[in-house]
Parts: sequence; C-alpha cells; structure tokens
Amino acid sequence: MTAAQIIAVLPYQAPFLFVDTLTAISEDGITGEYTFKEDAYFYKGHFKDHPVTPGVILTETMAQIGAVCLGIYLTRNNKKSNRAPQVALTSSAIDFYVPVYPGEQVTVISEKEYFRFNKLKCKVQLFNAQDQLVCRGFISGMINEK
Amino acid sequence: MNNEQLIETLKKIVKPYIQDEAAFEDLSEETDFVNDLKINSANLVDVILDVEDEFDIEIDNDSMEQMLSVQAAMEIIKTKLNQK
Repeated sequence: MTAAQIIAVLPYQAPFLFVDTLTAISEDGITGEYTFKEDAYFYKGHFKDHPVTPGVILTETMAQIGAVCLGIYLTRNNKKSNRAPQVALTSSAIDFYVPVYPGEQVTVISEKEYFRFNKLKCKVQLFNAQDQLVCRGFISGMINEK
Repeated sequence: MNNEQLIETLKKIVKPYIQDEAAFEDLSEETDFVNDLKINSANLVDVILDVEDEFDIEIDNDSMEQMLSVQAAMEIIKTKLNQK
C-alpha cells in the first residue's frame, strides 16, 4: 500500500486534513509531513493578533499521521471496501516544547507500541523544519475497517 | 489459584481503567466490565493485555469478545491456564 493510497482513504478533508506526505511506512511505524497553511482558520482566534498553532491541532496532526495513517496501513489486508475506516481517538498524553507558527512544515515520527483487538497505541514525536522536538507523547485509538 | 485470589488479581488489573468507583468497591463474579465498571472499549483492550502479562497466557479474538464480565474472564483465564 503506497502513501498516496493511504492518504486517499483518510476520513478527513479540508480544513481538517493535516497530512501532506508520508515518507516512510512499515509494520512498526510511520513518518509523515504537513505544512501549516498561513491562512488556516484557527490562526484568527489562536491567539488574537499573534497566530500560533494550537496544541490540539498539533495533537490532531500527530494522530492523523501517526495513528490513523499507520492504522490504515496495518489493516490494509482486511479492508472490505474503499470507504474510509471508522476511527476514534481514545487517549492522548502529549508534552509540548516549542511553538509552531503559520507556514511551518512539521515532521511526525510514530512508532507502534501495539496493535491488538483494533486498538493501536503509538509513541509519537513531532519535529519542526530545524529538527527541534516540538512535542511528543502517546496516542491511542480504535480503528474499524469498513 | 482459587477463585478469591483470581478475583483479587482481576481487581488489581481493572482498577486503573474503571469509571464507577462504587461498582468497583462491590466487585463480584457478576460484575460486568462495560455496564457496571464503565470501562471503555479501548481500556478493555488494556485489561486483556494486562491479563495476558499477569497470567502469561494468550487471549485470542474469540475469547476477547466473550471477556465482558469478571465471571467470563475467570473462566477464560482458568481454561487458558489449564491448557499450559
């Protein structure tokens, strides 16, 4: 399954799709990139006159690349249709270190902790273009192929 | 391991995941993980993985689907331990 095929079945669309490319895909983990658009809607409110990417959006980016894209790859052989899989975030524990401003590109590196009984738990890190660690932690979710 | 010890061990395993403290205090063989203890489906997976580690057994998909109560868990654990 290629990066383009994985991205094609993601159950998201603008303005809530936070995956541009996937650069490494395996049974054990996944790496992907996203560039935050200068005019993304959340910068108008977070913060007033001082746009910074919200932590929840960074968490979402980590979850979309690190857990959902990886989950789609891991379940590629039991897919029943071309429809988007049903996914649900079940827990996240993330620490944040440096801010991400509009227009910045980030790289998400996710390592699988386990995938059993439809639950995927991942150790996820997000870096900026200077290779600084922006945030890291654990994300878990359930994935059901349709 | 007798039934009492088994229940005590299960109680220790489920404790981090329960949402209903009162139901947890009154935990018995009849206690249902989802309806009584309000454990969510993701944490139910953690319960199963912790059971595997604690008893050094492997739970398959069929057993997992049945493991919804203390009683069902006890029966599955006993069966798996006897197969070892």
